[in-house]
Amino acid sequence: METMIITDLSEVKEAYNKAASHIKKRIIVCAGTGCVANGSLRVYEAIEKAIADAGLELFAELELDRHECDPVQLTGSGCQGFCAQGPLVNILPDETMYVKVKPEDAQEIVEKSVVNDEIIERLLYVNPANGERNKGQLDIPFYKRQNRLVLGECGHVDPQNIREYIAHNGYQAAYRAFTELTDEQICQTILDSGLRGRGGGGFPTGRKWNLTRVEKSAKKYVICNADEGDPGAFMDRSLMEGNPHRVLEGMMIAARAIGADEAYVYVRLEYPLAVQRMRKAIEDAHEAGILGDNVFGTGQSMEIHIMEGAGAFVCGEETALIASIEGKRGMPMPKPPFPAQKGLFGKPTVINNVETLAAVPLILRNGPEWFNQYGTKSSKGTKTFALTGHVANTGLIEVPFGTTLREIVYNIGGGVTDDDGNVTGEGFKAVQIGGPSGGCLTEEDLDMPLDYDNLLAKGAMVGSGGLVVMNKQSCMVQIARFFMNFTQSESCGKCVPCREGTKQLLALLDDIIEGNATHETFEMLEEVGKVVKLASLCGLGKTAPSPVLSTLLKFKDEYLEHIHNKRCRTNNCKALRTITIDVEKCTGCTICARKCPVQAISGERKQPHVIDPEICTKCGVCFEVCKFEAVLGFN
Amino acid sequence: MKTEPNKNLRQFHQVIEIIERNNHSKDRLIPILQQVQEAYRYLPPQVLTYVATALDMPVAEVYGVATFYAHFSLEAKGKYIIKVCDGTACHVKGSTKLLDLLYKKLKLSPDKHTTDDMMFTIEPVSCLGACGLAPVMVVNEKVYGQVNNKRCDEIIDGIVEYENQAVASN
Repeated sequence: METMIITDLSEVKEAYNKAASHIKKRIIVCAGTGCVANGSLRVYEAIEKAIADAGLELFAELELDRHECDPVQLTGSGCQGFCAQGPLVNILPDETMYVKVKPEDAQEIVEKSVVNDEIIERLLYVNPANGERNKGQLDIPFYKRQNRLVLGECGHVDPQNIREYIAHNGYQAAYRAFTELTDEQICQTILDSGLRGRGGGGFPTGRKWNLTRVEKSAKKYVICNADEGDPGAFMDRSLMEGNPHRVLEGMMIAARAIGADEAYVYVRLEYPLAVQRMRKAIEDAHEAGILGDNVFGTGQSMEIHIMEGAGAFVCGEETALIASIEGKRGMPMPKPPFPAQKGLFGKPTVINNVETLAAVPLILRNGPEWFNQYGTKSSKGTKTFALTGHVANTGLIEVPFGTTLREIVYNIGGGVTDDDGNVTGEGFKAVQIGGPSGGCLTEEDLDMPLDYDNLLAKGAMVGSGGLVVMNKQSCMVQIARFFMNFTQSESCGKCVPCREGTKQLLALLDDIIEGNATHETFEMLEEVGKVVKLASLCGLGKTAPSPVLSTLLKFKDEYLEHIHNKRCRTNNCKALRTITIDVEKCTGCTICARKCPVQAISGERKQPHVIDPEICTKCGVCFEVCKFEAVLGFN
Repeated sequence: MKTEPNKNLRQFHQVIEIIERNNHSKDRLIPILQQVQEAYRYLPPQVLTYVATALDMPVAEVYGVATFYAHFSLEAKGKYIIKVCDGTACHVKGSTKLLDLLYKKLKLSPDKHTTDDMMFTIEPVSCLGACGLAPVMVVNEKVYGQVNNKRCDEIIDGIVEYENQAVASN
């Protein structure tokens, strides 16, 4: 691409749109991490080849005059959200969406749906509820019921093409921020919009900016927190992969609002694709004169750096993240002083989550009233959630605050699945929301409008937005242990309550799971949990006991059953299993008795065998060797 | 700590280049260590001492950073690093079973991460952010989704076969 310094965005937009108006068909292949893993890059190549074979002309934006006929355009995109159905191929302007596409399908797609306007029925999404085939995003319930604002352009624009982003009104808000608006006006607009931090705590973004804006310092920093460490969350990754320029634009506006000229994106190293796309976006923005020392030709400067993390969950905490950028161990510091006063390299610093920053350009572009028409009284706008676990339509979704869990799980998510992936009418047990800092919601919470405050009242939190659906086969003590194991190993060790407390909580949970617990264990669990919550230094420690406390509250019966009856109703806890042999199925082949390492199985040849529970160590060898599925008690 | 006596470790030109590239800046310690690890596949102790001296920092401080972050390894890793995701979604969809299977297949355990032939290293990691595809495993940079027992076998066997062929053709 030739070098160009952009001083007039509308010129670029017009030129792009004029060129694009010649496009006959646009084929978008999803190139998010999910679809790439399912082979979407091979699909892309196959389609590219099929287009060439068919003698069609590929659209090349800057060579408009060269085209003699109407070309087709083939691009990759960021995550289109519907990961369970990938690889996804979207055809515009028809809005036809093909799911689970294979390279072998490429030729047929080009011949039927690109050259002609035919639809290939077999590649359409089948709605499991009624068996109907849905044509595209306008019909598929998964999409139809969402409000994709922040994710809007993800999956449509080519994340690697800055001109297309500009053609979608991109960088206009940043342009206004750098040329027309004062820092105070920007902060006020964000404050009026009611935008709250999307990374967890939900602090009003406008207020955070204002606090940093009023600090007197020649040097200030903006940090984009992309250290999305919560297990079960991938909203930030998808945004950076799908629309990196929007994140950059949000950072530029934040920098302008507080008076900073330098910014960092702190990305997890587990997200190589996101890092690559963000790097490319920064390079392109530099080349276009949008970043650098003469932003939009105004003489102002703006630099954005990428910093890759090195694998520490605690670095999602503001002060720990700052320490990490400074090259130190990522340990949190007591607050105050807040980063707004003394942050990166001791300078006033604003730290915002990726999703928060991605919402900022939209608010400036459309006005605060537009934004706060969505959501509830205390929580404005929309929220993206990573919908995963035992649900039919796993993927990335965006809904207004105030949407109920029922809507998300059953209508958008398509219902709860059993362990084999089939949708069953009943089977919903809980939703874990907010990752290791959050808690569980149950059947009784299905109709509660989701927002910051309702969730806090229930002992859960929005967190970064991981939503893991669990079916009846999930053991809640095991889930609590899973999160406790996570926080315990991620605890940085600086403060005693978190370092030692999480260890004790984990040991107590292990006692329960292994059948060594008494009622005292139960009481102790609650007590230690409360101490850790109260006395820890940073957010990680303060919220570490939440998964335990919330399950203790909601699934007390299940805990007590483990403790008193030594029974796990889901059969997930190995030590609490009772292994038996089904007398109907047992043929008396004796293989289990011969293989049992502790000689717990006895019985005559050709007669049903029995397991002595006193001797049995529940190792599972009998289950593995039995050819008749006669050993019961394992999942 | 097991370190192979390796002549290359005494040749620091790669480290020198990395430190130069990062302007001898203490703030850049983490990127420096990342680049060193990329070059050597792990952080050899000799190199840590060299980095500390070059940046005019106590070795203890560099060691502190190197041991704090999960990504850094003071032990040599295998040619193929298998990351098994143990995020929530993968966990509820059976990542523990997958991990057990890999341990069994490669004769490794939670205490022994790398095969003796330095071919495979197993690393259980927290969420890789591909939850829609749970359970997920990543071999070097390649992401594999919905990995069941059969698929897992195929992936590992495929690598072993590829390596054997490479040896045979040499």
